[in-house]
Amino acid sequence: MQQHSQRAIAASTAQTAGHLATQNYGELTFYGWRRENGRVGVRNHVIILPLDDLSNAASEAVAHQIKGTMALSHAYGRLQFGKDLDLFFRTLIGIGSNPNVAAVVVIGIEEGWTKIVVDGIAKTGKPVTGFGIEGHGDIATIARAAHAAKHYLQWASELQREECRLSELWISTKCGESDTTTGLSSCPTVGNMYDKLLPQGIYGVFGETSEITGAEHLCKARAATPELGERWFKMWQAYQDEVIEAHKTDDLSDSQPTKGNIAGGLTTIEEKAMGNLEKIGRNSRYIDILEPAEAPSKGPGLYFMDSSSAAAECVTLMAAGGYVVHTFPTGQGNIIGNPIVPVIKITGNPKTMRTMSEHVDVDVSGILRRDQTLAVAGDALIGMIQRTANGRLTAAESLGHREFVLTKLYRSA
Amino acid sequence: MPIPQCLVHAPHDSCGVIVVEGLKGGTDMLCLITENDTTFNLKALEDIPIGHKVALKDIASGETIIKYGEDIGRAIAPIKKGTHLHVHNVKTKRW
Repeated sequence: MQQHSQRAIAASTAQTAGHLATQNYGELTFYGWRRENGRVGVRNHVIILPLDDLSNAASEAVAHQIKGTMALSHAYGRLQFGKDLDLFFRTLIGIGSNPNVAAVVVIGIEEGWTKIVVDGIAKTGKPVTGFGIEGHGDIATIARAAHAAKHYLQWASELQREECRLSELWISTKCGESDTTTGLSSCPTVGNMYDKLLPQGIYGVFGETSEITGAEHLCKARAATPELGERWFKMWQAYQDEVIEAHKTDDLSDSQPTKGNIAGGLTTIEEKAMGNLEKIGRNSRYIDILEPAEAPSKGPGLYFMDSSSAAAECVTLMAAGGYVVHTFPTGQGNIIGNPIVPVIKITGNPKTMRTMSEHVDVDVSGILRRDQTLAVAGDALIGMIQRTANGRLTAAESLGHREFVLTKLYRSA
Repeated sequence: MPIPQCLVHAPHDSCGVIVVEGLKGGTDMLCLITENDTTFNLKALEDIPIGHKVALKDIASGETIIKYGEDIGRAIAPIKKGTHLHVHNVKTKRW
């Protein structure tokens, strides 16, 4: 291999330096796919979306037959009701509607609920078709759905990218396998990115309701208005009362912080929460509170999504809310990905860089050595967001991490 | 500037984070407060793993632990300055 290409390949791994074309962040652009509803995607997936657990087999068969499509298997979709059913539909419709998805084939055991998901996704204007298995069987359904999937895939393969402002991106964040280095380096790096890009008009979102515990007074104070702060606090308190108090058998010491957090040096949930909140930076204020998987509707700015702190659940809910790039600080080395949203990993832990660097996209361990400033780390992350939006595969995408996990509010009927 | 062994978030914090691997007891550590970029020295009295915390002062049992300038829990045993501060001697006030 030639020297220059070796250097280029080395440089394509974890990013450490800024290297932005301009620090006038509003002028930065990327090449993405503009969808029928005007939103911009950074991936061009054709997905096979099972309505329910029973339809995973047919969906996987279609994805196996039509190379380049992807089945999003999951465990639910039967006998759910009430708010849990609402969340289920909102999540599936949101995932199908995400601008990183070009077209969708939905397969369900029966046609009624399948049609609800198809009609929801169709509101975006993108191609979507549903198939029911009952009355046909798996084999005939696979054949019918595979024809549709092939048409969609070939159609999507000819869609051209166009130049878009980086400020059109919807960028979510959630951290995982946190330790004390996340609060010192990778979380404030995300905060620095938000401080630079939110004023340019991006949509941001953070969440993890349980992991704000200990910093709820600070989070409440970061609402855009006192009324919103009160509403946020009520939501947080409701989670404490209705979920934790109602279901705990001991205290939460074994879950929050997690065993991984404790191994990494985090001692209490309060300490973990302080580090967590570093992700929203110094200046940003959230302008609304989203239900899980709800799309923001108050224009550009930072949102809080009432969500689980489990990585795959949280990232799935944010993807369903319409976010197209995810920034994921980690200390001990969380390896999560998502099927439709590139998940950019940022770590400042030198041990994690030494032992599992293949999972890391942005290395900010220089912050701990004091040879990298937070401002440079923030630019390095913005550079990686731009490269990822332009098509660079994240570590998680390269390694095949496609965790798609639905949040369930209570047991099915 | 030499590489600090210990980073402290805020001036009145009672603990700091070890940011180098393999820190040995007896090391005279360079500690840096990130909020105002000031430094001080502290002797580590035992080995402390990277990412784990060191007490910056003698702490009595029951005393509140301060990090980020905020309350992050309480001591459940006396903690000597320069020693490892973690789940064996600190607990949340929440659950």
